[in-house]
Amino acid sequence: MWRHLKFRHGVHPPTLKELTAGVPIRRVPYPDEIVLPLRQHTGKPARLVVKAGDRVERGDPVAEADGYVSTPIHASAAGTVREIGLWPHPDGSYAQAVRITVDPYSPQAARPRLVPDWSRLGPADLIEAIRQAGVVGLGGAAFPTHVKLAPPKDVRIDTILVNGCECEPYLTTDHRTMVEYPERVHLGLRIMMRCLGVSRAVVGIERNKPDALEAIRAAVPKDLDVSVHDLEVKYPQGAEKMLIKSLLGREVPSGKLPLHVGVVVQNVASAATIAEVFDTGLPLIERIVTVTGRGVRRPANLIVPVGMKLRDLLEACGGLTEDAREVVFGGPMMGLAQAHLDTPLVKGTTGVVVLSAAEVRPQVSYPCIRCGHCLDACPVFLNPQLLGQLAQKERWDEMEANHLADCMLCGCCGYTCPSNIPLPQLFALAKGALRQRQAAA
Amino acid sequence: MSAPSLLVSASPHLGAGDSTPTIMWNVVASLLPIVAVAAWFFGPSALLVTAAATAAAVATERVLGHRGTLGDGSAVITGLLLGLTLPAGLPLWMAVVGGVFGIAIGKLLFGGLGQNVFNPALLGRAFLQASFPVAMTTWPVPAAAGTWWALRGDNFAFPFTSPRVVDALTSASPLGRMKFEQQPTALLDLVLGTTTGSLGETSGLLILLCGGYLALRNYLNWRIPASIFATVAVLAGGLHQLDPRYPGALFMLFSGGLMLGAMYMATDLVTSPVTNRGCWVFGAGVGLLVVVIRIWGGLAEGVMYAILIMNALVPYLNRWTQPRVFGARPVEPAT
Repeated sequence: MWRHLKFRHGVHPPTLKELTAGVPIRRVPYPDEIVLPLRQHTGKPARLVVKAGDRVERGDPVAEADGYVSTPIHASAAGTVREIGLWPHPDGSYAQAVRITVDPYSPQAARPRLVPDWSRLGPADLIEAIRQAGVVGLGGAAFPTHVKLAPPKDVRIDTILVNGCECEPYLTTDHRTMVEYPERVHLGLRIMMRCLGVSRAVVGIERNKPDALEAIRAAVPKDLDVSVHDLEVKYPQGAEKMLIKSLLGREVPSGKLPLHVGVVVQNVASAATIAEVFDTGLPLIERIVTVTGRGVRRPANLIVPVGMKLRDLLEACGGLTEDAREVVFGGPMMGLAQAHLDTPLVKGTTGVVVLSAAEVRPQVSYPCIRCGHCLDACPVFLNPQLLGQLAQKERWDEMEANHLADCMLCGCCGYTCPSNIPLPQLFALAKGALRQRQAAA
Repeated sequence: MSAPSLLVSASPHLGAGDSTPTIMWNVVASLLPIVAVAAWFFGPSALLVTAAATAAAVATERVLGHRGTLGDGSAVITGLLLGLTLPAGLPLWMAVVGGVFGIAIGKLLFGGLGQNVFNPALLGRAFLQASFPVAMTTWPVPAAAGTWWALRGDNFAFPFTSPRVVDALTSASPLGRMKFEQQPTALLDLVLGTTTGSLGETSGLLILLCGGYLALRNYLNWRIPASIFATVAVLAGGLHQLDPRYPGALFMLFSGGLMLGAMYMATDLVTSPVTNRGCWVFGAGVGLLVVVIRIWGGLAEGVMYAILIMNALVPYLNRWTQPRVFGARPVEPAT
């Protein structure tokens, strides 16, 4: 049954995880100010519930969910709302955000709250508690978790996959979570299995994390059908469609979601967060972040309050080195380069990678020589060479006909391109143009 | 903390390392041993002809091409490859004409690197073959010269004058001897290159080694030469079984320009298909055309036209061999 355990194509970037793979998670001191953008998740931005001058305690909501595909946002530290206005957002734009001046004398203890006992709650109540806690997928896309846990009535979910691949180079967030909190991962998994009413779960972990494999295997509860599998070290092993193909041999149909093949995929850090919600009663107000790269002096795995500014975080890691050149939110394959050190970390920020001048890609492109390397790299079997040429001519319709919608912007084509053509950027541009046109129609 | 000047670029922020110029200059480096062996067999004439073709190609790229495209090394490859398809005794001005034609008409007219439909070196050679058929088929014998230093023909003939032909030093190529005189050539001579032919048509073994290096580094798609060799071997071997007057598979593989064509010309990244399945079909087409032209055509050698014809079909091959998108269901039959 486990004969598959692989997907085709993909690339083998250097993993570069040795900088932080063995560094235990520690807590970072509270900064003077935190900034909470209202848009931290896939879906509609949250709706403000505080105003300037309000006092907030740690864990209080500052914004509520606006619609079903949306999540509330909570203050990650006690203090006073200083201002609500536009602020640099990790996606490169300026977005509405709540600035909170952190109270330096506060013990940062949360208000006493009722912690729901998960073992006595039914699926609907569990999902509502998860929604109220503002939990989103912590693997990077920040899709609201409660939406994933409540699939439409007409699909039957038979398996839940737990994603411990962490195939992005440099990042060790999930790795350290699995090594240090394996019980939390399993508790979160147990709660999610109850939400979905499934009895089978499979954990997939890349082979370059033997200590995480061992810890997760050792902590598997006796009463649950949870199997743990080691997977080939290959990017993008952790992409949902690739992971499902590797672990179950199922191919998610083009244009469909994992739930159409009876699967829900959740990241290990999301599972651990759900466990924490029912452990402490606190919502998602902090997360584990890897701060790493040759451009940062003391690489570390940190528990960071959501909304901490990049500048404060880097300072907590000894600051930038002389040859630091590019600061990236997320991993180097899909992450977003940051222009402002005032940009805050959001719920979906898996890591901060500071690349040195020697590592960054050269800022020069050559003409496409039609070598075909991108076709051999694309894990969803597109023709990036053709799509790239169409994108440069702004022929969006033809791109759509050539399955642009299946592109997940994993970056394999751009990684392998000898001519350094920014293919993923061109595809993101085309997707945006098509979305805009659709919205206008 | 002083903020350094930060770079903000699109993901991915890491690259695989082999840039287009790296690939091109590696191809150039892998061609140098072949040029050196040509010089060993054909003396200074080999170096003169190759240098003339290369200099013409590079100069044309510099004068007519966009600024800064010389550094990518592709013009050097075109020049070297063209030089290797020429006979040692060719007047240098003809080599220059070939180099200029290959780059100006074969590449820059289409829009430069990455845009050309036909292999520029082969297009230059085809132009020379059509313009100067006698000079292009006058093959010096490698070992026949008095000293290594002696020129193997009238290299310095003045443009548009008839070059002096020194009969004693030339002979028909192995393919020509086979086709028109039914005279075979020893296989060992073909493999080692101790026979007549154009500069790069001689040592099949060395070309296999140099091209193999490129295949190992993934600078060329190994499926193309593999497909060409397999097709030629099967077709030629089958015909030889049917009628022993036809040459055998090994003779077909190691004679003429097949090795250089299969390893270096057909595998030109720009003018070969981008899909792997397309490369298999492309190679099979080249192999089929080579055998057909060599056995039933009017010419003794057919590699050049075989590749040029298949070059023209590449857009169709690309279209017909698009990859199957992940998760795409096969079309359900209508009931």
